[in-house]
Amino acid sequence: MTEPIVETKQSENKEWEPKIIAFLCNWCSYAGADLAGVSRIQYPPNIRIVRVPCSGRINAYFIIKSLTDGWDGVLISGCHPGDCHYISGNLVARRRFAILKELLEFFGIEPGRVNFMWASAAEGERFAVLVRKATEIVKKLGPNTKFEKKW
Amino acid sequence: MGLETENKDIETNLIEIARGLLKDKKVDVIIGYKKGTLPLLSQPIIIDSEEEVDKLIWNNLCYVNLAKYLVPRVPRFVDSEKGNLKVGVVSKGCVGRALIHLASENKINLDEITIIGIPCNGVVNRQRIEMEIGEKEILEVSVSGDNIIVKGKNFEKEFLFDEYMNDLCKGCKIRKPPLISKAPDLCVGECEEYSNIVDDFSDIAEFEALTPEEKWNQITEELSVCTRCYACREACPMCYCNLCFVDQNKPVWFGKTTDLPDVFVYHLIRAMHMAGRCVACGACSLVCPMGIDLNKINRKLEKIVKERFDFISGLDPDVLPPMVDFKMDDAQEFMLEED
Repeated sequence: MTEPIVETKQSENKEWEPKIIAFLCNWCSYAGADLAGVSRIQYPPNIRIVRVPCSGRINAYFIIKSLTDGWDGVLISGCHPGDCHYISGNLVARRRFAILKELLEFFGIEPGRVNFMWASAAEGERFAVLVRKATEIVKKLGPNTKFEKKW
Repeated sequence: MGLETENKDIETNLIEIARGLLKDKKVDVIIGYKKGTLPLLSQPIIIDSEEEVDKLIWNNLCYVNLAKYLVPRVPRFVDSEKGNLKVGVVSKGCVGRALIHLASENKINLDEITIIGIPCNGVVNRQRIEMEIGEKEILEVSVSGDNIIVKGKNFEKEFLFDEYMNDLCKGCKIRKPPLISKAPDLCVGECEEYSNIVDDFSDIAEFEALTPEEKWNQITEELSVCTRCYACREACPMCYCNLCFVDQNKPVWFGKTTDLPDVFVYHLIRAMHMAGRCVACGACSLVCPMGIDLNKINRKLEKIVKERFDFISGLDPDVLPPMVDFKMDDAQEFMLEED
Protein backbone atom coordinates (compact mmCIF):
# COMPACT_ATOMS: atom_id res chain seq x y z
CA MET A 1 0.00 0.00 0.00
CA THR A 2 1.36 3.38 -0.94
CA GLU A 3 0.62 6.38 1.13
CA PRO A 4 -1.42 9.09 -0.61
CA ILE A 5 0.71 12.10 -1.42
CA VAL A 6 -0.43 15.01 0.64
CA GLU A 7 0.91 18.41 -0.21
CA THR A 8 2.16 19.98 2.93
CA LYS A 9 1.17 23.60 3.35
CA GLN A 10 3.86 26.06 4.20
CA SER A 11 3.45 27.04 7.77
CA GLU A 12 3.08 30.72 8.65
CA ASN A 13 6.44 31.26 10.19
CA LYS A 14 8.33 29.77 7.28
CA GLU A 15 10.30 32.13 5.06
CA TRP A 16 8.89 33.12 1.67
CA GLU A 17 10.56 31.20 -1.12
CA PRO A 18 10.68 32.57 -4.67
CA LYS A 19 9.67 30.50 -7.66
CA ILE A 20 12.08 30.84 -10.54
CA ILE A 21 11.59 29.50 -14.02
CA ALA A 22 14.84 28.43 -15.66
CA PHE A 23 15.31 28.06 -19.40
CA LEU A 24 18.31 25.84 -19.97
CA CYS A 25 19.86 24.98 -23.28
CA ASN A 26 19.81 21.31 -24.11
CA TRP A 27 23.49 20.91 -24.88
CA CYS A 28 25.32 22.64 -22.06
CA SER A 29 23.29 23.99 -19.19
CA TYR A 30 20.74 21.21 -19.01
CA ALA A 31 23.56 18.69 -18.95
CA GLY A 32 25.30 20.91 -16.40
CA ALA A 33 22.21 20.78 -14.19
CA ASP A 34 22.15 17.05 -14.67
CA LEU A 35 25.77 16.80 -13.64
CA ALA A 36 25.10 18.88 -10.55
CA GLY A 37 22.33 16.44 -9.67
CA VAL A 38 24.35 13.31 -10.39
CA SER A 39 27.29 14.70 -8.42
CA ARG A 40 24.90 15.40 -5.53
CA ILE A 41 25.79 19.09 -5.39
CA GLN A 42 23.16 20.91 -3.41
CA TYR A 43 21.38 23.86 -4.98
CA PRO A 44 18.12 25.61 -4.06
CA PRO A 45 14.96 23.81 -5.12
CA ASN A 46 13.39 27.11 -6.22
CA ILE A 47 14.04 26.66 -9.90
CA ARG A 48 11.75 24.83 -12.32
CA ILE A 49 13.59 23.83 -15.45
CA VAL A 50 12.36 24.18 -19.02
CA ARG A 51 14.61 22.58 -21.58
CA VAL A 52 15.10 24.49 -24.83
CA PRO A 53 17.20 23.43 -27.82
CA CYS A 54 19.48 26.48 -27.63
CA SER A 55 19.64 29.79 -25.79
CA GLY A 56 19.01 31.32 -29.21
CA ARG A 57 15.57 29.70 -29.08
CA ILE A 58 14.60 31.84 -26.13
CA ASN A 59 12.32 34.57 -27.32
CA ALA A 60 11.78 37.69 -25.24
CA TYR A 61 8.13 36.56 -25.15
CA PHE A 62 9.10 33.57 -22.99
CA ILE A 63 10.72 35.78 -20.41
CA ILE A 64 8.03 38.43 -20.25
CA LYS A 65 5.24 35.88 -20.33
CA SER A 66 6.85 34.12 -17.39
CA LEU A 67 6.79 37.38 -15.47
CA THR A 68 3.17 38.13 -16.38
CA ASP A 69 2.23 34.58 -15.38
CA GLY A 70 3.54 35.29 -11.91
CA TRP A 71 6.98 33.75 -11.72
CA ASP A 72 9.12 35.68 -9.28
CA GLY A 73 12.22 35.36 -11.38
CA VAL A 74 13.52 34.08 -14.67
CA LEU A 75 16.90 32.43 -15.12
CA ILE A 76 18.36 31.77 -18.52
CA SER A 77 21.41 29.70 -19.16
CA GLY A 78 23.26 28.66 -22.28
CA CYS A 79 26.61 27.48 -23.51
CA HIS A 80 29.63 29.70 -23.11
CA PRO A 81 30.28 32.01 -26.09
CA GLY A 82 32.01 30.00 -28.77
CA ASP A 83 30.77 26.64 -27.46
CA CYS A 84 27.28 26.76 -28.95
CA HIS A 85 26.13 23.51 -30.51
CA TYR A 86 24.66 25.59 -33.34
CA ILE A 87 27.81 27.72 -33.65
CA SER A 88 26.32 31.15 -32.97
CA GLY A 89 22.92 30.73 -31.28
CA ASN A 90 24.09 32.05 -27.94
CA LEU A 91 25.87 35.01 -29.53
CA VAL A 92 22.68 36.19 -31.21
CA ALA A 93 20.83 35.53 -27.96
CA ARG A 94 23.35 37.57 -25.98
CA ARG A 95 22.52 40.73 -27.92
CA ARG A 96 18.83 40.10 -27.41
CA PHE A 97 19.31 39.56 -23.66
CA ALA A 98 21.39 42.72 -23.36
CA ILE A 99 18.63 44.82 -24.88
CA LEU A 100 15.88 43.11 -22.89
CA LYS A 101 17.74 43.54 -19.64
CA GLU A 102 18.29 47.25 -20.23
CA LEU A 103 14.71 47.78 -21.36
CA LEU A 104 13.26 46.00 -18.33
CA GLU A 105 15.36 48.22 -16.15
CA PHE A 106 14.21 51.31 -18.05
CA PHE A 107 10.57 50.28 -17.66
CA GLY A 108 11.01 49.98 -13.92
CA ILE A 109 11.21 46.22 -13.43
CA GLU A 110 13.93 45.38 -10.91
CA PRO A 111 16.90 44.25 -12.99
CA GLY A 112 17.49 41.23 -10.76
CA ARG A 113 14.22 39.54 -11.78
CA VAL A 114 15.72 38.31 -15.00
CA ASN A 115 19.16 36.74 -14.85
CA PHE A 116 21.38 35.35 -17.54
CA MET A 117 24.31 32.98 -17.16
CA TRP A 118 26.57 30.64 -19.06
CA ALA A 119 27.25 27.09 -17.80
CA SER A 120 28.80 24.25 -19.73
CA ALA A 121 28.02 20.53 -19.40
CA ALA A 122 31.10 20.02 -17.24
CA GLU A 123 30.34 22.83 -14.80
CA GLY A 124 27.96 21.27 -12.31
CA GLU A 125 29.57 23.18 -9.48
CA ARG A 126 29.34 26.51 -11.30
CA PHE A 127 25.71 25.81 -12.15
CA ALA A 128 24.88 25.23 -8.50
CA VAL A 129 26.74 28.33 -7.37
CA LEU A 130 25.03 30.58 -9.89
CA VAL A 131 21.57 29.17 -9.19
CA ARG A 132 22.20 29.85 -5.53
CA LYS A 133 23.22 33.40 -6.39
CA ALA A 134 20.20 34.02 -8.64
CA THR A 135 17.84 32.66 -6.00
CA GLU A 136 19.32 34.98 -3.42
CA ILE A 137 18.92 37.99 -5.70
CA VAL A 138 15.27 37.21 -6.41
CA LYS A 139 14.58 36.42 -2.79
CA LYS A 140 15.82 39.84 -1.82
CA LEU A 141 13.46 41.47 -4.31
CA GLY A 142 10.41 39.74 -2.89
CA PRO A 143 7.32 38.51 -4.72
CA ASN A 144 6.63 39.66 -8.26
CA THR A 145 3.44 41.72 -7.96
CA LYS A 146 3.83 44.30 -10.67
CA PHE A 147 2.06 42.23 -13.30
CA GLU A 148 -0.88 41.33 -11.09
CA LYS A 149 -4.20 42.26 -12.59
CA LYS A 150 -6.48 44.09 -10.26
CA TRP A 151 -10.20 43.95 -10.73
CA MET B 1 14.31 84.03 -44.20
CA GLY B 2 11.26 82.79 -42.38
CA LEU B 3 9.81 79.33 -42.35
CA GLU B 4 7.08 80.40 -44.70
CA THR B 5 9.33 81.33 -47.61
CA GLU B 6 11.63 78.39 -46.92
CA ASN B 7 8.72 75.96 -47.15
CA LYS B 8 7.37 77.67 -50.25
CA ASP B 9 10.81 77.40 -51.86
CA ILE B 10 11.04 73.71 -51.10
CA GLU B 11 7.51 73.17 -52.37
CA THR B 12 8.10 74.82 -55.75
CA ASN B 13 11.39 72.97 -56.22
CA LEU B 14 9.77 69.71 -55.22
CA ILE B 15 6.96 70.14 -57.74
CA GLU B 16 9.48 70.88 -60.50
CA ILE B 17 11.54 67.78 -59.69
CA ALA B 18 8.42 65.63 -59.47
CA ARG B 19 7.17 66.92 -62.82
CA GLY B 20 10.53 66.25 -64.45
CA LEU B 21 10.70 62.70 -63.07
CA LEU B 22 7.21 61.84 -64.31
CA LYS B 23 7.85 63.49 -67.70
CA ASP B 24 11.09 61.56 -68.31
CA LYS B 25 9.40 58.35 -67.16
CA LYS B 26 12.09 57.88 -64.52
CA VAL B 27 9.37 57.02 -62.06
CA ASP B 28 5.86 55.65 -62.57
CA VAL B 29 4.32 57.06 -59.41
CA ILE B 30 5.28 59.56 -56.77
CA ILE B 31 4.17 59.46 -53.18
CA GLY B 32 4.12 62.73 -51.32
CA TYR B 33 1.99 64.91 -49.11
CA LYS B 34 -1.16 66.85 -49.91
CA LYS B 35 -3.27 69.25 -47.93
CA GLY B 36 -5.23 67.47 -45.26
CA THR B 37 -8.96 67.57 -44.68
CA LEU B 38 -8.35 69.27 -41.34
CA PRO B 39 -6.23 72.41 -40.95
CA LEU B 40 -3.58 70.85 -38.72
CA LEU B 41 -3.12 67.75 -40.83
CA SER B 42 -1.46 66.66 -44.03
CA GLN B 43 -2.32 63.55 -46.01
CA PRO B 44 -0.28 61.21 -48.18
CA ILE B 45 -1.06 61.33 -51.88
CA ILE B 46 -0.04 59.04 -54.75
CA ILE B 47 0.51 60.81 -58.07
CA ASP B 48 0.87 59.08 -61.42
CA SER B 49 0.39 61.87 -63.96
CA GLU B 50 1.98 65.27 -64.58
CA GLU B 51 -1.29 67.15 -64.16
CA GLU B 52 -1.66 66.17 -60.55
CA VAL B 53 1.80 67.30 -59.49
CA ASP B 54 0.54 70.66 -58.25
CA LYS B 55 -1.31 68.93 -55.44
CA LEU B 56 1.99 68.19 -53.71
CA ILE B 57 2.72 70.33 -50.68
CA TRP B 58 5.48 70.71 -48.15
CA ASN B 59 5.09 72.29 -44.73
CA ASN B 60 5.79 71.54 -41.10
CA LEU B 61 2.67 69.41 -40.73
CA CYS B 62 3.95 66.60 -42.96
CA TYR B 63 4.72 64.05 -40.27
CA VAL B 64 3.58 60.76 -41.85
CA ASN B 65 6.46 58.42 -42.65
CA LEU B 66 5.86 57.57 -46.29
CA ALA B 67 8.12 54.51 -46.18
CA LYS B 68 5.15 52.77 -44.55
CA TYR B 69 3.45 52.50 -47.96
CA LEU B 70 6.29 50.50 -49.51
CA VAL B 71 6.46 47.56 -47.10
CA PRO B 72 4.21 45.87 -48.02
CA ARG B 73 3.63 47.78 -51.24
CA VAL B 74 0.19 49.30 -51.52
CA PRO B 75 -1.70 47.93 -54.56
CA ARG B 76 -1.14 51.13 -56.55
CA PHE B 77 2.60 50.52 -56.50
CA VAL B 78 2.24 47.17 -58.25
CA ASP B 79 1.19 46.78 -61.87
CA SER B 80 -0.38 43.53 -63.06
CA GLU B 81 1.86 43.46 -66.14
CA LYS B 82 4.96 45.44 -65.26
CA GLY B 83 5.26 44.13 -61.72
CA ASN B 84 6.74 46.49 -59.17
CA LEU B 85 6.42 50.09 -60.31
CA LYS B 86 9.23 52.60 -59.91
CA VAL B 87 8.25 54.78 -57.01
CA GLY B 88 9.47 58.26 -56.21
CA VAL B 89 9.27 59.06 -52.54
CA VAL B 90 9.21 62.57 -51.16
CA SER B 91 11.68 62.05 -48.34
CA LYS B 92 12.66 64.11 -45.41
CA GLY B 93 15.56 62.74 -43.38
CA CYS B 94 13.66 60.13 -41.44
CA VAL B 95 11.74 58.81 -44.46
CA GLY B 96 15.05 58.36 -46.25
CA ARG B 97 16.51 56.60 -43.23
CA ALA B 98 13.51 54.30 -43.04
CA LEU B 99 13.89 53.38 -46.72
CA ILE B 100 17.60 52.68 -46.32
CA HIS B 101 17.02 50.61 -43.20
CA LEU B 102 14.28 48.61 -44.91
CA ALA B 103 16.73 47.97 -47.74
CA SER B 104 19.25 46.63 -45.23
CA GLU B 105 16.54 44.23 -44.06
CA ASN B 106 15.98 43.20 -47.70
CA LYS B 107 12.42 44.42 -47.59
CA ILE B 108 12.76 46.84 -50.48
CA ASN B 109 15.09 47.24 -53.41
CA LEU B 110 16.54 50.74 -53.53
CA ASP B 111 16.91 50.47 -57.33
CA GLU B 112 13.15 50.52 -57.67
CA ILE B 113 12.86 53.60 -55.52
CA THR B 114 13.79 57.18 -56.23
CA ILE B 115 14.39 59.24 -53.14
CA ILE B 116 13.54 62.91 -53.56
CA GLY B 117 15.42 64.61 -50.77
CA ILE B 118 13.92 67.44 -48.76
CA PRO B 119 15.66 69.41 -46.03
CA CYS B 120 13.24 69.11 -43.12
CA ASN B 121 13.03 71.73 -40.42
CA GLY B 122 11.09 69.50 -38.09
CA VAL B 123 7.38 68.91 -37.72
CA VAL B 124 4.88 70.53 -35.44
CA ASN B 125 3.60 68.62 -32.43
CA ARG B 126 -0.07 68.82 -33.33
CA GLN B 127 -1.35 67.36 -30.07
CA ARG B 128 0.27 70.04 -27.95
CA ILE B 129 -1.29 72.81 -30.00
CA GLU B 130 -4.69 71.14 -29.89
CA MET B 131 -4.35 70.77 -26.17
CA GLU B 132 -3.66 74.49 -25.74
CA ILE B 133 -6.53 75.51 -28.00
CA GLY B 134 -8.88 73.27 -26.09
CA GLU B 135 -12.37 72.58 -27.36
CA LYS B 136 -12.51 75.44 -29.86
CA GLU B 137 -12.45 74.46 -33.49
CA ILE B 138 -9.36 75.25 -35.52
CA LEU B 139 -10.27 76.61 -38.95
CA GLU B 140 -7.01 77.83 -40.41
CA VAL B 141 -3.32 77.26 -39.82
CA SER B 142 -0.58 79.31 -41.38
CA VAL B 143 3.11 79.88 -40.81
CA SER B 144 4.80 83.26 -40.73
CA GLY B 145 8.35 83.92 -39.65
CA ASP B 146 9.07 81.57 -36.76
CA ASN B 147 5.47 81.36 -35.63
CA ILE B 148 2.58 79.09 -36.33
CA ILE B 149 -0.67 81.03 -36.42
CA VAL B 150 -3.81 79.11 -35.56
CA LYS B 151 -7.10 80.79 -36.39
CA GLY B 152 -10.66 79.88 -35.57
CA LYS B 153 -13.96 81.53 -34.88
CA ASN B 154 -13.30 84.53 -32.62
CA PHE B 155 -9.75 83.59 -31.75
CA GLU B 156 -6.26 83.73 -33.13
CA LYS B 157 -3.23 82.34 -31.40
CA GLU B 158 0.47 82.30 -32.18
CA PHE B 159 2.80 79.48 -31.29
CA LEU B 160 6.56 79.68 -31.47
CA PHE B 161 7.66 76.94 -33.85
CA ASP B 162 10.88 76.05 -32.00
CA GLU B 163 8.89 75.42 -28.87
CA TYR B 164 6.04 73.45 -30.39
CA MET B 165 8.25 71.30 -32.57
CA ASN B 166 8.11 67.56 -32.02
CA ASP B 167 10.67 66.61 -29.35
CA LEU B 168 12.56 64.19 -31.58
CA CYS B 169 12.93 66.83 -34.30
CA LYS B 170 14.62 69.22 -31.89
CA GLY B 171 17.75 67.07 -31.68
CA CYS B 172 17.57 65.74 -35.24
CA LYS B 173 20.95 65.63 -36.96
CA ILE B 174 19.89 63.98 -40.21
CA ARG B 175 17.55 66.43 -41.87
CA LYS B 176 18.01 65.03 -45.36
CA PRO B 177 18.03 61.42 -46.59
CA PRO B 178 21.52 60.05 -45.82
CA LEU B 179 22.61 58.90 -49.28
CA ILE B 180 21.22 61.88 -51.17
CA SER B 181 24.59 63.32 -52.19
CA LYS B 182 24.87 60.46 -54.70
CA ALA B 183 21.95 61.93 -56.65
CA PRO B 184 22.25 65.72 -56.40
CA ASP B 185 19.64 66.43 -59.07
CA LEU B 186 17.00 64.77 -56.90
CA CYS B 187 17.63 67.02 -53.97
CA VAL B 188 15.80 70.16 -53.03
CA GLY B 189 18.28 72.77 -51.89
CA GLU B 190 21.88 71.99 -51.02
CA CYS B 191 22.94 68.38 -50.85
CA GLU B 192 25.39 68.37 -47.98
CA GLU B 193 25.67 65.10 -46.12
CA TYR B 194 24.77 64.92 -42.47
CA SER B 195 27.62 66.09 -40.31
CA ASN B 196 29.16 64.08 -37.50
CA ILE B 197 26.42 62.70 -35.34
CA VAL B 198 27.27 63.42 -31.75
CA ASP B 199 24.58 62.66 -29.23
CA ASP B 200 24.99 62.60 -25.48
CA PHE B 201 21.44 61.40 -24.74
CA SER B 202 21.26 63.86 -21.88
CA ASP B 203 17.47 63.99 -22.21
CA ILE B 204 16.98 60.47 -20.87
CA ALA B 205 19.82 60.42 -18.36
CA GLU B 206 17.61 62.08 -15.78
CA PHE B 207 14.98 59.37 -16.08
CA GLU B 208 17.54 56.59 -15.98
CA ALA B 209 18.88 57.82 -12.66
CA LEU B 210 15.56 57.18 -10.89
CA THR B 211 14.94 54.12 -8.74
CA PRO B 212 13.01 51.19 -10.27
CA GLU B 213 9.95 52.14 -8.25
CA GLU B 214 9.95 55.74 -9.52
CA LYS B 215 10.55 54.61 -13.09
CA TRP B 216 7.70 52.13 -12.83
CA ASN B 217 5.36 54.79 -11.49
CA GLN B 218 6.24 57.28 -14.21
CA ILE B 219 6.08 54.80 -17.06
CA THR B 220 2.83 53.24 -15.93
CA GLU B 221 1.28 56.65 -15.41
CA GLU B 222 2.17 57.52 -18.98
CA LEU B 223 1.00 54.21 -20.41
CA SER B 224 -2.13 53.79 -18.32
CA VAL B 225 -4.16 55.92 -20.74
CA CYS B 226 -3.33 53.64 -23.68
CA THR B 227 -6.45 52.22 -25.34
CA ARG B 228 -4.50 49.80 -27.51
CA CYS B 229 -5.77 51.21 -30.77
CA TYR B 230 -2.42 50.23 -32.31
CA ALA B 231 -2.14 53.54 -34.15
CA CYS B 232 1.56 53.57 -33.21
CA ARG B 233 1.99 50.21 -34.89
CA GLU B 234 0.10 51.23 -38.01
CA ALA B 235 2.10 54.43 -38.44
CA CYS B 236 5.49 52.80 -37.95
CA PRO B 237 7.40 52.00 -41.15
CA MET B 238 9.23 49.20 -39.33
CA CYS B 239 6.08 47.35 -38.22
CA TYR B 240 5.50 45.18 -41.24
CA CYS B 241 4.97 41.69 -39.75
CA ASN B 242 2.21 39.72 -41.43
CA LEU B 243 0.88 38.77 -38.04
CA CYS B 244 1.69 41.02 -35.12
CA PHE B 245 2.35 39.30 -31.80
CA VAL B 246 -0.67 41.02 -30.27
CA ASP B 247 -3.00 39.64 -32.92
CA GLN B 248 -1.64 36.16 -32.66
CA ASN B 249 -4.07 33.74 -31.03
CA LYS B 250 -2.28 30.44 -31.33
CA PRO B 251 -0.71 30.69 -28.84
CA VAL B 252 -2.08 33.80 -27.17
CA TRP B 253 1.12 35.31 -25.87
CA PHE B 254 -0.24 38.27 -24.02
CA GLY B 255 -3.59 39.51 -22.85
CA LYS B 256 -5.60 41.73 -25.16
CA THR B 257 -7.21 43.88 -22.50
CA THR B 258 -6.40 47.47 -21.61
CA ASP B 259 -5.46 46.47 -18.06
CA LEU B 260 -2.17 47.95 -17.04
CA PRO B 261 -0.06 44.75 -17.18
CA ASP B 262 -1.24 44.00 -20.71
CA VAL B 263 -0.66 47.54 -21.94
CA PHE B 264 2.72 47.57 -20.27
CA VAL B 265 3.73 44.32 -21.93
CA TYR B 266 2.55 45.53 -25.34
CA HIS B 267 4.76 48.60 -25.12
CA LEU B 268 7.67 46.62 -23.73
CA ILE B 269 7.63 44.12 -26.59
CA ARG B 270 7.00 46.83 -29.16
CA ALA B 271 10.12 48.56 -27.87
CA MET B 272 12.03 45.29 -27.98
CA HIS B 273 11.11 44.88 -31.64
CA MET B 274 12.23 48.42 -32.45
CA ALA B 275 15.74 47.97 -31.10
CA GLY B 276 18.26 48.98 -33.75
CA ARG B 277 15.44 49.63 -36.22
CA CYS B 278 13.74 52.80 -35.02
CA VAL B 279 14.65 55.67 -37.33
CA ALA B 280 13.42 58.37 -34.95
CA CYS B 281 10.67 59.76 -37.19
CA GLY B 282 8.35 60.24 -34.23
CA ALA B 283 5.31 59.12 -36.22
CA CYS B 284 4.20 56.76 -33.44
CA SER B 285 3.79 59.44 -30.81
CA LEU B 286 2.37 61.99 -33.26
CA VAL B 287 -0.49 59.69 -34.21
CA CYS B 288 -1.28 58.60 -30.66
CA PRO B 289 -4.84 59.73 -29.87
CA MET B 290 -4.07 59.68 -26.16
CA GLY B 291 -0.88 61.69 -26.50
CA ILE B 292 1.44 59.07 -25.04
CA ASP B 293 5.05 60.12 -25.39
CA LEU B 294 6.71 57.10 -26.98
CA ASN B 295 9.74 59.16 -27.92
CA LYS B 296 11.34 58.58 -24.55
CA ILE B 297 11.31 54.82 -25.08
CA ASN B 298 12.56 55.18 -28.65
CA ARG B 299 15.38 57.45 -27.52
CA LYS B 300 16.40 54.87 -24.93
CA LEU B 301 16.58 52.22 -27.65
CA GLU B 302 18.67 54.51 -29.79
CA LYS B 303 21.00 54.94 -26.83
CA ILE B 304 21.34 51.23 -26.09
CA VAL B 305 22.10 50.41 -29.70
CA LYS B 306 24.56 53.26 -30.10
CA GLU B 307 26.43 52.45 -26.91
CA ARG B 308 26.45 48.68 -27.17
CA PHE B 309 26.75 48.07 -30.88
CA ASP B 310 27.84 51.49 -32.19
CA PHE B 311 25.01 51.43 -34.68
CA ILE B 312 22.75 54.18 -36.02
CA SER B 313 19.85 52.89 -38.05
CA GLY B 314 19.19 53.87 -41.63
CA LEU B 315 22.52 55.24 -42.72
CA ASP B 316 23.94 52.45 -44.85
CA PRO B 317 21.99 49.70 -46.65
CA ASP B 318 25.02 47.40 -46.64
CA VAL B 319 25.48 47.27 -42.87
CA LEU B 320 23.62 44.47 -41.11
CA PRO B 321 21.16 45.61 -38.42
CA PRO B 322 22.54 44.79 -34.95
CA MET B 323 19.85 42.33 -33.93
CA VAL B 324 20.66 39.90 -36.75
CA ASP B 325 24.37 40.30 -36.31
CA PHE B 326 26.78 39.38 -33.51
CA LYS B 327 30.36 39.72 -32.44
CA MET B 328 32.40 37.33 -30.39
CA ASP B 329 33.40 40.12 -27.98
CA ASP B 330 30.05 41.79 -27.36
CA ALA B 331 29.78 43.23 -23.88
CA GLN B 332 28.32 40.77 -21.37
CA GLU B 333 28.67 42.61 -18.09
CA PHE B 334 25.04 41.78 -17.24
CA MET B 335 25.72 38.03 -17.05
CA LEU B 336 25.82 36.32 -13.66
CA GLU B 337 29.32 35.35 -12.67
CA GLU B 338 30.81 33.49 -9.74
CA ASP B 339 32.25 35.80 -7.11
